Amino acid sequence: MLPLSGERSDAKGIVCDKSSSGDVLHGTSTLKRGFAHMLKNGVVMDVTNVEQAQIAEEAGAVSVMVLDKLPSDVRKAGGVARTASIRIIEEIMSSVTIPVMAKCRIGHVYEARVLEETNVDMIDESEVLTPADETHHIWKWDFTTPFVNGARSLAEALRRIEEGAAMIRTKGEPGTGNVAEAVTHIKKVNDELRAIKAIYDSGDNQDLVRMAREFKVSYDIVEETAKLGRLPVVNFAAGGIATPADAAYLMSLGCDGIFVGSGIFNATDAKERARSIVLATTFWNEPEKVKEAQKMIDERQSMLGLDVKTLELRMQERGSSA
Amino acid sequence: MSINVGILAIQGDVQENIDATKRAVTELGLDGNVIPVKTPEEISNLDGLIIPGGESTTIGHLSLVNSSLKKIKEKIEKGMPVLGICAGMIMLSKTASDRIIGKTDQPLLEFLDIKLERNSFGRQRDSFQADISMDSIDIPVFNGVFIRAPSVSDVGSGVQVLSKFNDKIIAVKQGNIIGTAFHPELTQDTSLHKYFVNLVSTSRN
Repeated sequence: MLPLSGERSDAKGIVCDKSSSGDVLHGTSTLKRGFAHMLKNGVVMDVTNVEQAQIAEEAGAVSVMVLDKLPSDVRKAGGVARTASIRIIEEIMSSVTIPVMAKCRIGHVYEARVLEETNVDMIDESEVLTPADETHHIWKWDFTTPFVNGARSLAEALRRIEEGAAMIRTKGEPGTGNVAEAVTHIKKVNDELRAIKAIYDSGDNQDLVRMAREFKVSYDIVEETAKLGRLPVVNFAAGGIATPADAAYLMSLGCDGIFVGSGIFNATDAKERARSIVLATTFWNEPEKVKEAQKMIDERQSMLGLDVKTLELRMQERGSSA
Repeated sequence: MSINVGILAIQGDVQENIDATKRAVTELGLDGNVIPVKTPEEISNLDGLIIPGGESTTIGHLSLVNSSLKKIKEKIEKGMPVLGICAGMIMLSKTASDRIIGKTDQPLLEFLDIKLERNSFGRQRDSFQADISMDSIDIPVFNGVFIRAPSVSDVGSGVQVLSKFNDKIIAVKQGNIIGTAFHPELTQDTSLHKYFVNLVSTSRN
């Protein structure tokens, strides 16, 4: 049974087909959130072409995310980063059996529409691309396809869920090969969840109302989340994961799974690295196995990475205030 | 004596199956442990196993790594009841092919004598919820949650068809092995989990 807090019965994305055996519903919260639940304990890998997608599938990835450029290359290239070429997305969809996701710009309703029509399995409204709307995210209830969004805090996560996100991930700092920011974000979300759970357990409704105002979300979703003591949707780690130990560490902090961006295909040992990160994610609570996974890769072949303090572009700040 | 029901905890919606099975055990008034299992040692103590939803390629490859696939095979051969949900049903099948890609080269347990088609109803946008029935096991109405679901295109003579949707076979039973294309653990209805727990309980006695 899935927690369905914040669900809207008037969502335009819910499509009802009449059939001889009764109503057939598409795009319900159970189907959207349920899809994300099937990815739990898995690794979603960023890919830019068919060859990389097949390496990812063979390595045991639960899904691939199609981009035009890997996040670290987006940083280098500068300019405006947009959704990937539809032709490449379609090629990848017809060459792997696992789900295929793609990114659209924050607030870009029509990049999202185009991706929905392409039939991708999930849309990532992502800060890696250049935002199209500085004040609004997409109203995701209007879509039958589920969305994942990034968040740096509980407030951001709940705002995205209230807009219809079926899955949350940390933002981290994409394209850096540096997990520090993802660690900060998941710890902040966990701390804030503990805090509202404590308020809920104490029975202080006035304080929960105060939290809802502070988070800029409805009281109902705060109350439901506080009662659960976790986000009502699946929460993955993303942004800067480059090694098996990085993945295992984030799993140990309570993440439901892992997104790897530049960390695999910007390393020179992509195949081994993809496989080793999958192994470390599955067996994160067995340090002996994580060691075996870490041994499969060579640190000299890791992406060089960037110190977050010196960055001119902090992708994580995109869309945070809305 | 209490029964041990394990949920294969490699990848997928493990917790939802633990919750549903625990509720089923309680509602039946049985004494039972419901535990996530990953290693061959954990699997060897089980009276019944649920292989949950997830990605079948991932679950298959990873359960080869620590020999849990081999252990599961041994246990099923000795008659341990097993419920395979979506990816779990794919794992239990003899042959699986993808609707678009065709024959897939993935590790399978090769028990269910069925021809299985992966992603049979299409991609996520086509995922659906609809009422189905499993009359032969006394579940007249059940809300089926189908997420990029497979279906069965053909069954061998020893396989009982439990349910169909729009002429596609979506639930089967062969001896103590049950496979469903839909996700009972994502609904509040515990009737299928109760049916399975009962099967585990009676085959142990």
